[in-house]
Amino acid sequence: MSQRHRLAQGGRIDRTRRLTFTFNGRSYEGHPGDTLASALLANGVTLVARSWKYHRPRGIVACGVEEPNAVVQLETGARTVPNARATEVELYEGLVASSVNCWPGPELDLMAAARLFSRLMPAGFYYKTFMWPKGLWMKYEHYIRKASGLGHSPTEPDPDAYDKMNAHCDVLVAGGGPAGLAAALAAGKAGARVILADQQAEFGGTLLSLRETAIDGIPAAQWAGQAVQRLSAMANVRLLARSTVFGYHDENFLTIAQRRTDHLPPGERSGARERTWRVRAKQVVLATGALERPLVFGDNDLPGVMLASAVSCFTNRHGVRLGGRAVVFTNNDGAYAAALDLHAAGVEVAAVVDARPAPEGALPRLVRDAGIEVVQGAVVTRARGAKRLTGAHVMALDEGGERVHGPVRTIDCDLLAMSGGWSPAVHLHAQSNGRPRYDEARACFVPGASNQAQRSAGACNGRFDLESCLAEGAASGLEAARLACAAALPVAPRHSVSPATREEPLRPLWLVPATQPPGHGAKQFVDPQNDVAASDILLAAREGYRSIEHVKRYTALGFGTDQGKLGNINGMAILAQALGQTIAETGTTTFRPNYTPVTFGAIAGPDLGELFEPVRKTAMHAWHEENGALFENVGQWKRPWYFPRAGEDLHSAVNRECLAARTGVGIMDASTLGKIDIKGPDAATFLNLVYTNAWSKLAVGRCRYGIMLDENGMVMDDGVTTRLGENHFLMTTTTGGAARVMAWLERWLQTEWPHFKVYLTSVTDHLATAAVVGPKSRDVLRAACTDIDFSPEAFPFMSYREGTVAGVHAIVTRISFSGELAYEVNVCANLGRHVWNALIEAGKPFGITPYGTEAMHVLRAEKGFIIVGQDTDGSVTPVDLGMDWIIGKGKDFIGRRSLHRSDTRREDRKQLVGLLTEDPKTVLPEGGQVVKDASAPVPVPMEGHVTSSYFSAFLDRSIALALVKGGAKRHGEEVQVPLADGRVLRATIAPPVFVDAEGARQNV
Amino acid sequence: MLIIPCPWCGPREQTEFAYGGEAHIVRPKDPDALSDEQWGDYVFMRRNPKGRLLEQWAHAFGCRRWFNVERDTVSYAITRVYKPGEPAPEEAR
Repeated sequence: MSQRHRLAQGGRIDRTRRLTFTFNGRSYEGHPGDTLASALLANGVTLVARSWKYHRPRGIVACGVEEPNAVVQLETGARTVPNARATEVELYEGLVASSVNCWPGPELDLMAAARLFSRLMPAGFYYKTFMWPKGLWMKYEHYIRKASGLGHSPTEPDPDAYDKMNAHCDVLVAGGGPAGLAAALAAGKAGARVILADQQAEFGGTLLSLRETAIDGIPAAQWAGQAVQRLSAMANVRLLARSTVFGYHDENFLTIAQRRTDHLPPGERSGARERTWRVRAKQVVLATGALERPLVFGDNDLPGVMLASAVSCFTNRHGVRLGGRAVVFTNNDGAYAAALDLHAAGVEVAAVVDARPAPEGALPRLVRDAGIEVVQGAVVTRARGAKRLTGAHVMALDEGGERVHGPVRTIDCDLLAMSGGWSPAVHLHAQSNGRPRYDEARACFVPGASNQAQRSAGACNGRFDLESCLAEGAASGLEAARLACAAALPVAPRHSVSPATREEPLRPLWLVPATQPPGHGAKQFVDPQNDVAASDILLAAREGYRSIEHVKRYTALGFGTDQGKLGNINGMAILAQALGQTIAETGTTTFRPNYTPVTFGAIAGPDLGELFEPVRKTAMHAWHEENGALFENVGQWKRPWYFPRAGEDLHSAVNRECLAARTGVGIMDASTLGKIDIKGPDAATFLNLVYTNAWSKLAVGRCRYGIMLDENGMVMDDGVTTRLGENHFLMTTTTGGAARVMAWLERWLQTEWPHFKVYLTSVTDHLATAAVVGPKSRDVLRAACTDIDFSPEAFPFMSYREGTVAGVHAIVTRISFSGELAYEVNVCANLGRHVWNALIEAGKPFGITPYGTEAMHVLRAEKGFIIVGQDTDGSVTPVDLGMDWIIGKGKDFIGRRSLHRSDTRREDRKQLVGLLTEDPKTVLPEGGQVVKDASAPVPVPMEGHVTSSYFSAFLDRSIALALVKGGAKRHGEEVQVPLADGRVLRATIAPPVFVDAEGARQNV
Repeated sequence: MLIIPCPWCGPREQTEFAYGGEAHIVRPKDPDALSDEQWGDYVFMRRNPKGRLLEQWAHAFGCRRWFNVERDTVSYAITRVYKPGEPAPEEAR
């Protein structure tokens, strides 16, 4: 019998089918209905992990999302999942899992020696020890990460698909336990559109773990099944199982991760692995339940120590025999159910140890009636055992709850069910901008006032008995439906529960006193996943930490995959005690989304690869591809980078392309430049305000280069604008700045100058633009276009003409970004390829050479033309660029006043200069720091940095542009550019124009 | 995620909008008349209140129009939207 710890009968498992799975290399069997955790326990696997700091043996503690120890690496290869909680993993045939934090395995852990030094590793140990000497942290960190760490992420691309669903509903119910089912039934029956989401495969929550309780006269689990049937029959209700509501955002926007295939063997999975639901709900009912708290006593992390609710769940729901002899340790009535469940399953219950002096509730009475000893007014001070629990030390607790006394009684046991009470899962309430408040009477944080259209019902609202859960769930569902649908509705249905379970109050017990002060005896763990013990929190308090948020970060309390769901409230209460303040004053850490870990795939959905961002291609793109272009991304655009011929590398291709443009003729696709059509009687006035230079007197038919500043006086865009008519301009912007400039212009027009009659239209995609560049460009244009007079007199530099190219109407501008004679041919985009072909044909006799962005950059840098965003960085004024000439006088423009502030007038601002290297073949690295003397004592004063740097084939030497402090007056000065490899390059500051400073070449 | 009632299009998801910061910052008519400090105040200084704020939003992925929003910076509740040029609502009493 492989499942030697399986009870002979019972449990919501399908015993007719066996599933084989592998854990840490060994093969086991389980049944459908098992989680990985319950299957491991059924096979007697109690040691599942080693703790990350001390490498202590750890077992399964919980049965749900709060499980801190049974964190596994699931599957291998591309589909591997790091840090899956075994308590949430549904078992399937062939499942492969391994412990994440031990090597070679939990039974023989080579890092366990760390335990011997645990006294030397208190809170903040890493901070204190490894942050000194400065700089060595990086080296230590590598080994610390190796020794601790959780699972590893896959190294291959994720083979699964993910999708997203937008949905609206009247009532979203988060959580399908008793309160959630009652709420959904009430709201659904009232006709509201309902979404009910639950993180488990089966709806019912705790109802699935109850043994004897009946609702409306039928067993609880069966009642849950019938409720689901009734809900399924309602067309207005959507049931989402295996779906975690993980985020509660503004205006009732909630996000749900639905796991669609993870419960199937990998070979049987199809369709999207996960679906992220984005739900706008008119009303929300939170029915997220509560999380049971541990008790903090010595060595409470030994395998065999478990939450009482987990004991009930594994026993009743999964039919697992958890041990041979059990002790139940509690401060409340609820855990007595675990004693009864164990008793009914044939497990000997040695004793129930209750911190309360005289428990007389219904459940304690049933326990006594069953012949089980109740040790009242007592606590378990320490668990005994090495890799597995073997016994418990029990001592009497004094009235104040601060000291234990009397003899130590040792009770032999291999299972200890503990319960420190319950903490409502207020996470979503807190995310919804609610503020949990501490309820002294119930000793837990409960939801405070709602700041969105939501209410909490059931255990997450501090109602821990089933009858109240059902009643509050039904009432909340109805109330939500009434508010969402604005309709008069029937009264809430009533659900009866038997046997009635009225409970006596618990006795708050955050830290169990021991015979020795914390830190001296056995470790009392608060957060087992992060190895945080009570002594660590007390140490933090002694060292002066007051805020729970700081204590969290100092001790690591509440980090990791469970985010403190197990022990955080204990930790806060222990801190409160140490600081002599109330728990309410201490407060909680912030409950942030996501409630449980969400995969990156679920967040990304289908927005991956090509679907992540649109790719923009010009009308001529196919031609570039056919002619061997390599592309570079400029914003969303694909632009030809260069056109290598056989055997050419980037360098030789760019040299050839540049020389063609300087000595013959080149052609470049300039379609990606932003283009904005500006019309209206106030268009020129508007341009006067948005550009630094003046536009009123620009003649129709002429073009002008303009620079745009922000109100802080810094360059934000540039480009050539053409006056097509008295009230009609065509503006060009940088490729990457097109959308930004459009939005900028619109904003000024709408908010500051709404009285202007100006109309803006983005025409970037409407026009295809071919730049024909070089001394022979006029010949090419003459061959391609016969109805424009291209003579210098008739068509001067910086003007435009309209005509016909290859039968297509064209706007031809004579502008130049290379300093050469050049024309730009703009045609309707869908005829762009046709016109481009015609220009190539017309250019063949002249050796027309296509060139890409790299050659364009070299050509413009040779002329000292800036690229906004490369030679400027948002802190550069036109004066810094030596472009005083473009600053209009006698008119206002955006940013003008800022150019006269004391800071922008400083003479030692970084200014644009050229740099000529001592060795003409050496190309400076862009971004290189410019210094006077690299051998000066550190920190070497930095004079500036290289912004653009290329090899100029035309000049047969390297050229660079740089921003250098006071550079305008430092021409001729020698500077140095030190490199990371230790070399120091020497260069001389020069004017930023390297070719044809007079501009003769473009004016022919 | 907020739902913002565009005065032209109606309520839409926040992802359709672009934020413009505090509203009613009027560009000075005569910037030269301002000291450096006064100009700096116009360019940089904002009230950043805890509570009621009048701010600009643009329906960037919709009608592309700018408008003003009265919003509480603590609760994020939007209490009013109004078009550019319309007067600022008086302080809530």
